[in-house]
Amino acid sequence: MDYATLLQILDSTLRLATPLLLACLAGLFSERAGIFDIGLEGKMLIAGMASGAAAALSGSVWIGLMAGIGASMMLAAIHGVASITFRGNQLISGVALNFVASGATVLIAQSLFGQGGRTPPLSGAARFNPIELPFAEAIKAVPFVGPFYADVLSGHSALVYAALLAVPITWWVLFRTRFGLRLRAVGENPESVDTAGVSVIRLRYTAVAITGLLCGLAGAYMATGLQAGFGREMTAGRGYIALAALIFAKWRPWYALWATLLFGFLQALALRPDVIERSFGLAIPVPALDALPYILTVIVLAGVVGRAIPPRAGGQPYVKER
Amino acid sequence: MNPAQDTGRQETAAPAIELRGISKAFGSVQANKDISIRVMPGTIHGIIGENGAGKSTLMSILYGFYKADAGEIIIHGRPTQIPDSQAAIRAGIGMVFQHFKLVQNFTVLENIILGVEEGALLRPSLSKARETLKHLAEEYELDVDPDARIEELSVGHQQRVEILKALYRQADILILDEPTGVLTPAEADHLFRILDNLRAQGKTIILITHKLREIMEITDTVSVMRRGEMTATVKTAETSPEQLAELMVGRKVLLHVPKGPANPGATVLEVENLRVVDADKVERIKGIGLTIRAGEILGIAGVSGNGQSELLQVLGGYCRATGSVKINGQEIDLTGKHSDGQSRRARGIAHVPEDRHHHGLVLDFAAWENMIFGYHNAPEYQKNALIMDNAGIVEKTEGAMEHFDVRPPIPSLPAKSFSGGNQQKIVLAREIERNPDLLLVGQPTRGVDIGAIEFIHKRIVELRDAGKAVLLVSVELDEIMSLSDRIAVMFDGRIMGERLPAETNERELGLMMAGVTGSGEAA
Repeated sequence: MDYATLLQILDSTLRLATPLLLACLAGLFSERAGIFDIGLEGKMLIAGMASGAAAALSGSVWIGLMAGIGASMMLAAIHGVASITFRGNQLISGVALNFVASGATVLIAQSLFGQGGRTPPLSGAARFNPIELPFAEAIKAVPFVGPFYADVLSGHSALVYAALLAVPITWWVLFRTRFGLRLRAVGENPESVDTAGVSVIRLRYTAVAITGLLCGLAGAYMATGLQAGFGREMTAGRGYIALAALIFAKWRPWYALWATLLFGFLQALALRPDVIERSFGLAIPVPALDALPYILTVIVLAGVVGRAIPPRAGGQPYVKER
Repeated sequence: MNPAQDTGRQETAAPAIELRGISKAFGSVQANKDISIRVMPGTIHGIIGENGAGKSTLMSILYGFYKADAGEIIIHGRPTQIPDSQAAIRAGIGMVFQHFKLVQNFTVLENIILGVEEGALLRPSLSKARETLKHLAEEYELDVDPDARIEELSVGHQQRVEILKALYRQADILILDEPTGVLTPAEADHLFRILDNLRAQGKTIILITHKLREIMEITDTVSVMRRGEMTATVKTAETSPEQLAELMVGRKVLLHVPKGPANPGATVLEVENLRVVDADKVERIKGIGLTIRAGEILGIAGVSGNGQSELLQVLGGYCRATGSVKINGQEIDLTGKHSDGQSRRARGIAHVPEDRHHHGLVLDFAAWENMIFGYHNAPEYQKNALIMDNAGIVEKTEGAMEHFDVRPPIPSLPAKSFSGGNQQKIVLAREIERNPDLLLVGQPTRGVDIGAIEFIHKRIVELRDAGKAVLLVSVELDEIMSLSDRIAVMFDGRIMGERLPAETNERELGLMMAGVTGSGEAA
């Protein structure tokens, strides 16, 4: 494999890892606050549909983005009400919302556009277009680093950079701010928060809202950045892959970046069977390559990659013990 | 803003806390009935009472968890509303719960500032807390490493963090709920020194406990609660444990069961080189040996988690081990298919487990069903090959309930509707009625009222006098001292030594429980 091909693969790694990273960070906020969210998938899907539809109708990607975030946060709010206020089972609520999203997206897209559950193809201002980073052309001549900067890092849409930026921000919020301290505490031992006179309910709702926001970004990126429009089941299990990455990352932001890049890399590899054939002299069928990220997901979820300790109060509704 | 505290400093004559006519009902249950109490500043006030007497409800009202149906709370002479914990904290009340409210993977500092951070960023709060902690540590003997994580700390240190949390929130009234339940005697002594210091600095302390010895040792005044009512408030110096016990229970109670000298016969249990390795590959029991003879009670003292539980589980048949265990001279199977509870019972071992809610009873099942668990295959409980003789079992249960003074004596009632003491009596009745050669008893009186303790202790001694062997495991040193004929102390999976109750004292046992051997070296 030559350097140029590697750069191409790394470039698509970054693009493909972006929705995973956003969803993974979304799950991180929720789960760190003690609310399991298996519904990342559904939120991404509905955000994808909403942003695709809104962008197609308005012609503005930004309106699409807002619609995506709004739709995702709506599902997040339902999950919050079910699991925080009514203390329901968080897994069941999440699964139910995934079903709702899976059905509702196709239904709405079909009734709006009548194109078999897809939204119309987006172009121009209705999509996130690549941004050239400063000096990309100038620096390209520098051996090794230059092409990496110009071909891998530069030339992505705004949401890719937003996702990358979200990593240090998440880390900072979680470990350097009052909100982060309380958020982590509420996921570990909500009683400690409650007896300190801080509202467990409010903290958890805030966390779930952030999850909705980030899933909204992830879904909008799928429909208006990575692809040009929403398609039926377009998330294809990315929400679950993000959950696996979250476990892999041991609920830490920086690890989440590396974990999702790994999954993104496998997805990118699947797009280039020719490269693998050339490098290893081995023709692996495309479906097998496509399965790689999912196989890694199963391996991660089976706990093969060391012991990951989830937040202690995760999944348990908080009932004030009196 | 803290007006309550300010007035407190000016008019020290007013009680730090005064409750007037506090009442609280849950449905038809009157948990607190017209309770009035005055706690003077700079004193330690004990509140003692049986389980369900209403102590915790009263303190929950004071800490803002419940709203009283009627009554007034006056703090430092000022009527105060306490609708939530935040209001209690503002009024200068700090609470140290029985189960700590700490975040296990946070550092001490992080736990201290949680909820009272200075601003949106953590750094300034952390450095302020570090400074304050240094002062508090010097002032009150409350030293804890501020950067240690809670999960790395001993229980005693964790409790200090809870106290520090309250002090950091500028509490001048400290409520401690059963604070010594989880401590070693040495840690309890240290806690009392801390409380002494706090009192000397003018803090007011309310100590909730069921241990009469602690009340006598540290409090200035003591209030006794029974069935939701405050039955008496007396000066500690003017009362005695016997009088307090009587006030708690409403009748005369024997605090120490009279027992004659042991009359040991043949060896019943012989354990040699017993080892247990748990699922995490940690060695829980590191090669111990012990013997118990017929007509003898061997008490195992130790802080919980030092291998006593595993010892009971091995002998009871639900934990694998290596080594040798003989019952009446015959080896028993420790790893094979005869290492289960059923086989143990067949060999004459009865077991009153430490955790009666998880291992002793099925809480949702009726008393009569609980009365036969483990023995349900016995021929006398079967009508024929297919059907059990339920009517017969109910009848037998009635007899046993009467015999063991289980109240109410209603076999159809689910186990969870009995009080802790009566639940324990059901378990005890089931195990003793089968006339075992060896009785294993773990924490026989944990969560049991003082009146029932007397009864349970009597039964254990009776069993000994009937020539049975008894292995008693308890974290209550008092209980070990008063029941045992011999005492073995366990620490870190080993037996530190054996003592005769008449020839030892709490201090010596306490040191052994902390891993210090007789010659003074650590194990």
